[in-house]
Amino acid sequence: MSAEPKTGAPLAVLLPFKVETTRLSAPRLAPVHAALFGVGLALLAGTAWAQSGAAQLSPLEVIVKWAPLLLSGFVFNILISMVAMALGTAAGLGLGLAMLAQNPLLARVAWALTQFFRNAPWLVLLFFVMFLVPFQVTIFGVRIPLPDWAKATVGFSLPVMANVAEIVRGAVRSVPSTQWEAAESLAFTPRQIMWRIILPQCVKRMLPPWMNLYALVAMATVQASIVGVSEMLTLTAQVHTAEGGRPELFAPLYGFALLCFFLYCYPIDRFTARLERRFQIR
Amino acid sequence: MAAPTVSPPVWTPDQPIVQLIDVHKSFGSFEVLKGVSFDVKKGEVICIIGPSGSGKSTLIRCINALVPVSSGTIRVENIEVADPKLDKLALRRKVGMVFQQYNLFPHKTALQNVMMAPIHVLGQDKREVEERARDLLKKVRLSGKEGSYPGELSGGQQQRVAIARSLAMRPDVMLFDEVTAALDPETVKEVLVTIRELAEEGMTCLLVTHEMNFARDIADHIYFTDRGVIVEHGPPATFFTAASDPRTREFLSQVL
Repeated sequence: MSAEPKTGAPLAVLLPFKVETTRLSAPRLAPVHAALFGVGLALLAGTAWAQSGAAQLSPLEVIVKWAPLLLSGFVFNILISMVAMALGTAAGLGLGLAMLAQNPLLARVAWALTQFFRNAPWLVLLFFVMFLVPFQVTIFGVRIPLPDWAKATVGFSLPVMANVAEIVRGAVRSVPSTQWEAAESLAFTPRQIMWRIILPQCVKRMLPPWMNLYALVAMATVQASIVGVSEMLTLTAQVHTAEGGRPELFAPLYGFALLCFFLYCYPIDRFTARLERRFQIR
Repeated sequence: MAAPTVSPPVWTPDQPIVQLIDVHKSFGSFEVLKGVSFDVKKGEVICIIGPSGSGKSTLIRCINALVPVSSGTIRVENIEVADPKLDKLALRRKVGMVFQQYNLFPHKTALQNVMMAPIHVLGQDKREVEERARDLLKKVRLSGKEGSYPGELSGGQQQRVAIARSLAMRPDVMLFDEVTAALDPETVKEVLVTIRELAEEGMTCLLVTHEMNFARDIADHIYFTDRGVIVEHGPPATFFTAASDPRTREFLSQVL
């Protein structure tokens, strides 16, 4: 009975230290998965169609026929998401800085606004904007019509604003206070310190969460269909009706919408993840 | 029509450039400074030494109003630092400060770090500032590093950029807050050489330091603080050899 271990392996502590290569995120889909997903949908559509009579257009033919219209609706979704993101980012930057203001009243009000809009369901905010804002406003005798899509855009920009405000606040807070001290000792004004020294350092930290938020907004824009905006989901429903509401068309048509959003949002997600990884290493 | 006007007292170079009279500072119920007074004449080099937590850093931060004092008087030239209506920006244009952790702006190159304040704070001409900034980087022996970002420089190099950045504002007084404490032993020297040159050129310097040999070489006057008061002070020759207070003697026996 010898105490020596049978294997010739040295003690674990004597082994050279090796960093375990851990993946920073869950296994991710590759573009090839998206392609497979699309092919799968087409097959599904094909089998559904094969079960019915061949007199009508096949689901694939229906999609091809209506694709220009559906895609124009999708472009509209993208447009709404981009404008809502731009408006929300501008307002959110202001709100985020207001939360950090020296004036306690301003900071409290900004904080309350942020919390309110961050914790309200997006759809409810959308309803409020749709029904509280008139269909046109008159400024100095000039009538400016406010179409539904414009109101919906404002509706989406509210939660964006609150989320961007929180991103800005968190990023500014994450800059060490010694940066403020150094800038103060060089006689910079608080405003100069914020805009020239602190915020430029925050861009890197803010970009990944900001892009995540954008992907969420892009996907949320389909909610505008509930309030009657002619975006992709509304058009998909109309196309379905126009094709006689055949049940076998349901999956292919809505599947097409899903695919469009997936192909748009997934690369954003990938890119965000890559940015995050790069900033982590730096 | 001769309304009496209160003009600020005019400062002349024969008066102390920095004057502290009975300065107290408390953080909550903890009193860090318990009545500190001293004068610094123009061109003098003052070293403040003492054990950790004795209020050295707080003291030096009070002078450029990074930390507000609780009571007492601080005067820099003719500026009353403890005045509630203090123009902080005017004060900080006169007083430069270098920190233990360098605190360079990480998103700017070495040259941009040096150039930023003169351009945006003093509104000086960009080309003139750039020329001066290059000269300053040369002076701290960092020619060729103008385009490097702080993350690409060693600690000693970063600290010398920080000194150049502060000098670019052409201050009348420089404050150094344990500027070598975070450095590798081999890079301490290059920073000390820079400070020594600055002192030899006649810059008024206040240093909080743990480098006793350096303090002995460079200081005109040494102050030893412990628990918020100045226990002992004097020129280095007498301070290091003939310390009378037991606390000073104990501290010196530990560090020398």
